[in-house]
Amino acid sequence: MFKLLEGPQTLGRGKIFWSCFLAVLAGALTYPLFADSYDVGNFAYFLIWIFMALGLCLMWGYGGMLSFGQTLFFGIAGYGYGVLAINMGGGTATIAALVLSVVLAMLAAGILGYFMIWGGINGIFFGIVTLSATLVLAFFLGQTAGPEWHIGPARLNGFNGMKGMDPLTVGDFYIEGSALYYTMIALIVIVYLALRMLVNSGIGNVIVATRENPQRAEMLGYDVRKYQLLTFVIGSGLAGLSGALYTSWGQFITPSSIGLPAAAMPIVWVAFSGRNDLTATLVGSFLLLFGFQTITVYSQQAALVLMGALLLATVMLAPQGFVLGIGKLAADWWGGRRRRDDGAVAEEAGRLQPEES
Amino acid sequence: MALVEVKGVSKRFGGLTAVSDVDLTVDAGEVHCLIGPNGAGKSTLFKLIVGLYPPTQGSILFDTVDITAERPYARVQRGMSIKMQAPSVFKELPVRQNIQIALQERLSGAERITEEDRLLTLLNLGPDSEKLAGALSHGQQQWLEIGMALALKPQLLLLDEPTAGMSPEETFKTGELIKSFNAEGMTVLVVEHDMAFVRQVAQRVTVLHLGKIFARGNLENILQDEKVAEIYLGKTHAH
Repeated sequence: MFKLLEGPQTLGRGKIFWSCFLAVLAGALTYPLFADSYDVGNFAYFLIWIFMALGLCLMWGYGGMLSFGQTLFFGIAGYGYGVLAINMGGGTATIAALVLSVVLAMLAAGILGYFMIWGGINGIFFGIVTLSATLVLAFFLGQTAGPEWHIGPARLNGFNGMKGMDPLTVGDFYIEGSALYYTMIALIVIVYLALRMLVNSGIGNVIVATRENPQRAEMLGYDVRKYQLLTFVIGSGLAGLSGALYTSWGQFITPSSIGLPAAAMPIVWVAFSGRNDLTATLVGSFLLLFGFQTITVYSQQAALVLMGALLLATVMLAPQGFVLGIGKLAADWWGGRRRRDDGAVAEEAGRLQPEES
Repeated sequence: MALVEVKGVSKRFGGLTAVSDVDLTVDAGEVHCLIGPNGAGKSTLFKLIVGLYPPTQGSILFDTVDITAERPYARVQRGMSIKMQAPSVFKELPVRQNIQIALQERLSGAERITEEDRLLTLLNLGPDSEKLAGALSHGQQQWLEIGMALALKPQLLLLDEPTAGMSPEETFKTGELIKSFNAEGMTVLVVEHDMAFVRQVAQRVTVLHLGKIFARGNLENILQDEKVAEIYLGKTHAH
């Protein structure tokens, strides 16, 4: 099973790659020992969004489905967590609320995806329909300011957003600060490795085959609609995980975290990073989120303009993504160096052979 | 015994009738060629059999089961395998992975790798197995697609102009390949323009003209049919 961690669908293999992976992981695990709690909390916040980026990478980069609806499922799970956590009374029930809200997002993705995929919607229309659904949800939630809009004791609160839910809690222990950070790291490692195994498996083969040529994939006996729906549900579920964690982190959620500017962000992260590779998406999204947050402290408008400029630069200069491009260059350079070294060793070995051999 | 039965099938696109009331039987174990001039409806009939178009009327049976309403993947799961007219491979994936995707439902582990190697060698694609499929020549892409179709080990192999863009040597070799698989019991239905290739492989021939069955029988009889010569072959071929 672990053989699937490496394969044709993922960049990075061998001892050097996994040593780097472990080094980065060790750095991430020891970071809270050296940083102050404010920075650790900020890092946990960046990491929350990574799941949404990885989900879009799976759908768009591997499955060929450009979904503009990541914040739709982010919002469904985010609000779902809030409603469930408040109604279930907080405490350890928040863990159940987290799981159920992600399931809710996946269920919604299953229903929307079924109608889109079985209805033959693909290409640019897939993006248009998912964006429309996203905007409808954001608009609807903005209209829920009145007291009549509540589910049990949980009020939706219109544009002001929903608040009052507990953070993730186990017994009396709130998962915040460093605990939340470590939870994020653990979840990212699990999700990243699981996605690597998925895309390098037989199912992953069919997912990329469907992206390349859905008719040919069907002519090999695969019901490509089922694979597309599976990809859409998993990718949307990951967006939902981000949403539920976001609500838990801040103990609030507003419709603005679903609307158009928010919906465009995952596309920028994944396009800039390199949509065809999970590692590139993971690294690139983190760097962008870090940069965006740093600039936002000084000027939110400047940060948004920079994101737009980055998207344009990606489209014009590196359509496959900057981080992926750099990764491939590094891999080619390393491979070339090893081939040269191997050639030199073979030449040397040949020179040392006795004449008669 | 009939493996495929096309019964009274018609296909209309608006006011155009591409295929009109066609009856066709492909017997198990034969190489059956579907020929006809441009616009005769060969490719439309092919797409009706593989399930890319639903017929306007009529029915299609595979191994006595009515498959008229089934999607292509379900027909493939029943034992059909298809190679389309234009090379239709996964261009951004390596050659070996193309074969692997075709094989993975049937074989796994070392058995699958052995079969991948066998097919790549058979198709002369061994040295190019790590190249992207899109980097292959047109003829090599045709072979790769034939390899993907063969990887399914089908009862019925459906080939739409399998030699388009191939050199005469490649065409001949493709014919020999098809004959060898037929000798092992595989039924083959081929849509083809190239008469030399048809002569090489066909056991039975059906001629389509203006969407209707015009003639059928063994190749020698077809070649001697004056009307077929007039509409398609040219009289010089007939004599």
